[in-house]
Amino acid sequence: MSERYQLNKELAQMLKGGVIMDVTTPEQAKIAQEAGACAVMALERIPADIRAAGGVSRMSDPGMIRSIQEAVSIPVMAKCRIGHFAEAQILEAIEIDYIDESEVLSPADDVYHVDKRKFSVPFVCGARDLGEALRRINEGASMIRTKGEPGTGDIVQAVRHMRKMNSDIRKIVSLREDELFEEAKQLQVPYELVKQVHDTGRLPVVNFAAGGVATPADAALMMQLGAEGVFVGSGIFKSGDPAKRATAIVQAVTNYEDAKLIAQLSAGLGEAMVGINEQEIQLLMAERGK
Amino acid sequence: MRVGVLALQGAFAEHVAKLKACGIDAFEIRQLSDISRSFDGIVLPGGESTVMKKLLHELGLFKPIKKLISEGLPVLATCAGMILLAKELEGGESSCFGTMDVTVKRNAYGRQPGSFRCVDKFNGVFVEMPFIRAPYVTKAGKGVDILSVHENRIVAIRQKNQIAAAFHPELTDNDTVYKYFVGIMEARR
Repeated sequence: MSERYQLNKELAQMLKGGVIMDVTTPEQAKIAQEAGACAVMALERIPADIRAAGGVSRMSDPGMIRSIQEAVSIPVMAKCRIGHFAEAQILEAIEIDYIDESEVLSPADDVYHVDKRKFSVPFVCGARDLGEALRRINEGASMIRTKGEPGTGDIVQAVRHMRKMNSDIRKIVSLREDELFEEAKQLQVPYELVKQVHDTGRLPVVNFAAGGVATPADAALMMQLGAEGVFVGSGIFKSGDPAKRATAIVQAVTNYEDAKLIAQLSAGLGEAMVGINEQEIQLLMAERGK
Repeated sequence: MRVGVLALQGAFAEHVAKLKACGIDAFEIRQLSDISRSFDGIVLPGGESTVMKKLLHELGLFKPIKKLISEGLPVLATCAGMILLAKELEGGESSCFGTMDVTVKRNAYGRQPGSFRCVDKFNGVFVEMPFIRAPYVTKAGKGVDILSVHENRIVAIRQKNQIAAAFHPELTDNDTVYKYFVGIMEARR
């Protein structure tokens, strides 16, 4: 493992127990930082608006990303399209702290993901199960998040993906060593990664929840299900009182087992994002990039 | 020996694991009730100092922890923890505990591409040092001992009961920094 990859995995470790918030302007980035975000995701449109607008969704304007980098001291992430290594090169050139090779944007390649090992900048990728997660890690991702279903405010898919990931991991832990080779074949991943999961009982990198988190209770649910932190996309700046909701979600992630505190945090937050149920949506972003 | 690890955000689990491996009873501090029992030392981990500072205030932990540190409770602070202890921050940002007479520059090596690993001396002993979006000390007061200098930058310091490192000993296999911390706790007992 290269030293750079190790450092990139370690940056993800520093984000643990934190909330990464989608922001579209330097002002929103400042609100997020003041509310206690451990990083921000700079993008032109939040997933709910991408969903509403339709059309092709691409990497954000580097000038806009720079203005957000200048506005805050916390790490700044940005998204590139799945397989779009030229967008990734541009994000690396502006010294982004983390690239999200994201199914939220329109995929640029329906076969290949970015060869993330070629980059020195860290990547986070979405996954619905252990196989996807290990394939992304094999390509060089140094952090994983559930895909969930972005821009819906519906937590059901994030829950499904987190539970699936964890049950896949438990299964591997329970296997005999001589059964790991077949398991690696089934998951379409190298044996070494499966062996590592078998020996440690966890993913080789940090795993966050993403896609559909809208309330402090959603965040607490994902943390109790084993997430090491939470991405909140549309949930904050699509709600009635973004600063207050962001603050409440940050506290809920730290004290995710304290229901009394989360009850207080959840009171009087104003309107949550309206949200769409998974049966009502045309486009399942989580189906992109397997 | 009991040590509390501030577990509001960041790499606190790594510190807990390291302390336990050194035979220390480590516990997480997430809210006020966690510090009701007495303990021998506190660790301020790496992560985002802006997040920790905010949560320290919101959860009512700021004043009691500052009081404990001022009264001599041994502290080991790494990376963001160093920012929390610094009396002054470059750029005029307001301090948090402000109990160490130093000025610290945050993200002093730049963004993630500036992160690096090296081997250098901590209190005279060579140790591995991972620096991740790390700060360093730009000015140290008279009562501050310098424990590490890497490429002319001060990266580890001690002031009485407080140790702060810009790097992450919790991400290495080396116990030197923890042993030094244990020494301070034993001396106080």
